[in-house]
Amino acid sequence: MAKHQVNYTSTAGLPIALTSVDKLVNWGRSNSLWPLTYGLACCAIEMMASGASRFDFDRFGTIFRASPRQADVMILAGTLSKKHAEFTRRLYDQMAEPKWVISMGSCANTGGMFNTYATVQGVDRIVPVDIYLPGCAPRPETLQYALMMLQKKIRRESANMKKNTKQRFV
Amino acid sequence: MRKYTPKDNVQAKAYYTDRFWVAPRVPRLDVSEDSHFQSVVKTLTKYIKESYIELDHLVLHIKSQDNIEVLKTLRDTCGYKMCSELSAVDYLAKKGEFEVFYQMHNLDLAKRVRVVCALKPEEAIESITPLFKMANFAEREMFDMFGIVANNHPYLKRILMPDDWSGHPLLKTYPLQGDEAASWYEVDKIFGKEYRDVIGPENRDPAKIDRYDTQRFSRVGYEVPFGADISEGETPKEIEYSKTFMTNYQKESKQLDKRR
Repeated sequence: MAKHQVNYTSTAGLPIALTSVDKLVNWGRSNSLWPLTYGLACCAIEMMASGASRFDFDRFGTIFRASPRQADVMILAGTLSKKHAEFTRRLYDQMAEPKWVISMGSCANTGGMFNTYATVQGVDRIVPVDIYLPGCAPRPETLQYALMMLQKKIRRESANMKKNTKQRFV
Repeated sequence: MRKYTPKDNVQAKAYYTDRFWVAPRVPRLDVSEDSHFQSVVKTLTKYIKESYIELDHLVLHIKSQDNIEVLKTLRDTCGYKMCSELSAVDYLAKKGEFEVFYQMHNLDLAKRVRVVCALKPEEAIESITPLFKMANFAEREMFDMFGIVANNHPYLKRILMPDDWSGHPLLKTYPLQGDEAASWYEVDKIFGKEYRDVIGPENRDPAKIDRYDTQRFSRVGYEVPFGADISEGETPKEIEYSKTFMTNYQKESKQLDKRR
């Protein structure tokens, strides 16, 4: 009995994994990105499809939340009108740090085909954008890829919030 | 010789223009073509300035002061119980006035009447909300888009644009890409006027390429680190292509004239 008992301190079988705090924290952050349910136009249909069973965002630990207080990512899916810009900014401000923004589709990136008086010409005028996702509308695979790129970006970042402060004002 | 026309802006212009081309017009029939419309015109004869049938619609031109009486008579005596649409058309450049129209619908006979009245830009029109509930939102939209005031409206305020918006977007004089106030609207509202310089003007050209922006663009053969300042110019870099080793098969080809 107990012949096979391993002495962890004397053999090489220590049950310890060594890592840095940055990697550990970013591992947690990047694998549970909770986006805000924020569909503005037709891109929202693709965003919903990404969340549903066929494309399955849950595999990435990504679950849509209906409250900015519980969300980490804001996916701006669609045309942002000037009347609505104020509320988008308010929702962004209500999200807890750390937070990221994906600008989904041509309309959110540049205003797209709505080169008119009533559309914000690129959401980066009001919120800082991390990932610009092209397409009109982008396929769910594209949104998945954007999310994976965002995960990559987060894993590269420092876990210390102060080092990650955005350089631009907005 | 034919007059030279510059071709640099051809995409923005119509390719073919005919000086003698006249826009086709929908034929206007006389009211006597339809017995029901004839009776409608007879009932309203003292208000009508002009009347004709256009695409199975009876069109009645009236004075803007008479709109309540005309629509009330249409509803109560002629059976036009539904007002399906109400708005205006901007003819300020052509005629110096708006054209306010009311689309009336007779559900029993499946007939439609359009009541049209001219309105000077400084005039207001009487609200028809007491007659038709749908006029509440439609007149708010007319006010929002054209700035036409409906008197005695229960709640006349903008319906589509924000309350603090300036200008009325459906006027022909309103620029498509917005005036000064429109272009800074969201910046002024969220951050305040002093942040206009920080955020900068709108980029109305999505295909714009900035030569000195090294965060978003890079020149082939002139690659620099991300975000480097290249306002003084950059040094060209030799591009390293992968080398392909090719065998010259021509060298050892058979020469048919030198036979052994």
